[in-house]
Amino acid sequence: MTTTTHEAEVAAAPREEGLMNLTLKIWRQNGPRDNGRLVTFKVKDISPDMSFLEMLDVLNEQLQAEGTEPIAFDSDCREGICGMCGLMISGEAHGPEKTTTCQLHMRSFKDGETITIEPWKADPFPVIKDLVVDRGSFDRIIQAGGFISANTGAAPKAEAILVPKENADRAFVAAECIGCGACVAACPNASGMLFMGAKITHLGELPQGQPERDARVVSMVNQHDAEGFGGCTNIGECSHACPKGIPQDVISTLNKDLRTALKRGR
Amino acid sequence: MKRGTTARGTTVFLKFIMATTGLVFIGYLLLHMYGNLMVFGGQEAFDNYAHHLRTFGEPMLPYGGLLWIVRIVLIASIIGHLYAALTLWNRAKGARTTKYAVKKAAAASLGSKTMRWGGVAILAFVIWHLIHFTIVKPAINAEFAANDIVASPYTMVVASFQLWWMVLLYVIAMLAVGLHLSHGIFSAQQTLGWTQSRASYVRAKAIGHAVALLIVVGFLLPPLAILFRIIGD
Repeated sequence: MTTTTHEAEVAAAPREEGLMNLTLKIWRQNGPRDNGRLVTFKVKDISPDMSFLEMLDVLNEQLQAEGTEPIAFDSDCREGICGMCGLMISGEAHGPEKTTTCQLHMRSFKDGETITIEPWKADPFPVIKDLVVDRGSFDRIIQAGGFISANTGAAPKAEAILVPKENADRAFVAAECIGCGACVAACPNASGMLFMGAKITHLGELPQGQPERDARVVSMVNQHDAEGFGGCTNIGECSHACPKGIPQDVISTLNKDLRTALKRGR
Repeated sequence: MKRGTTARGTTVFLKFIMATTGLVFIGYLLLHMYGNLMVFGGQEAFDNYAHHLRTFGEPMLPYGGLLWIVRIVLIASIIGHLYAALTLWNRAKGARTTKYAVKKAAAASLGSKTMRWGGVAILAFVIWHLIHFTIVKPAINAEFAANDIVASPYTMVVASFQLWWMVLLYVIAMLAVGLHLSHGIFSAQQTLGWTQSRASYVRAKAIGHAVALLIVVGFLLPPLAILFRIIGD
């Protein structure tokens, strides 16, 4: 079989069921100082089984072949647990499903659809390039108080400190936060309260979190404000966008903790 | 852990100001609504009620003393509510200076989306309302003498709400208040940390909607009853 006939066979083969052609409007920004703009691209024969990031990989290979610079986007584990990926997809953080961008599949889209892809937009998350943002502000909030000061050493026995089931469960729900930043991206005020509330609730529900409870909330909220995040207006966009489904009540716990700290003179 | 920082002045602290002053307004609105409903008792009952508000607490308080205490609390609350709202509004604007090309609102209610401009509209209405019924008391309805309007609060109210366009203005204003409260009452509870479980969160939303509805209906009954000549003739 010659190469020519092989190519002819491929061209003649019927198109696989469900493949999609898409129009992508993607935010391109050369660097932090560039203004950025939406650029339109076309991709063909996208399988519904691909993840959203694999679809972008296809586009990038196409761009590389054309000699255009590929689109910069973040990803790491691609299994929804690291919090590295995150895109605003047609106006929704992580797209139309309750999951991370890497776990979003192309079956959530239709053939011929136009998809707008933007980075998280919030001044505390400056764009580094294209779809990549710097979420160092989250790290600094955690550094301000999202930890317990414990001496390290051999792991203590699991039953040494007993935790009631309800507290353990609530701490676990809050601890699921992967710090992706979707809450800030979805919030009309670009507030980081859900992220912060998750950490404060996680540690606040556990005995180990008690000694530093007042100092923690005051430090973290001050850092949050210093980073330039907005205030919370209890609209609920954050929880809706959260791939881990962190509920609104963690923000109430944050508020209660700050009120308690205030009463105790902080 | 870093020390030397304070909870005062933080965004969450500003929200406490929003919530507590907002709850002062709710308390006031419920009392105001109760007073308004006295109009169904007839001219004597309503005018007596208005008079008693001024003589309340005498001789411990001077004439109109209670009203002035309430007014001072309300003015202080408005200043606090407005200061916190404008500061937070400004912060929110600064937190996202580059807008999204496409942004969907997936969870936001109409009430939550209209809090800021709705609040401004309510403030404008309150200024008109004070001119209308407290400061100037203009004789808008030509069928009633200016002297009678100043002499009897009942006549003043009836004269105003026999005009369809005045009722319309108040209906629009009350719907704006209802929308503001439907999110605000819930939001205050969330801000004060009273909604730390799923059940209490759902309850706070229900309380918000119920109180907002109660206030809208309670305030609209007298104007509508006067417009449709159920009372006042």
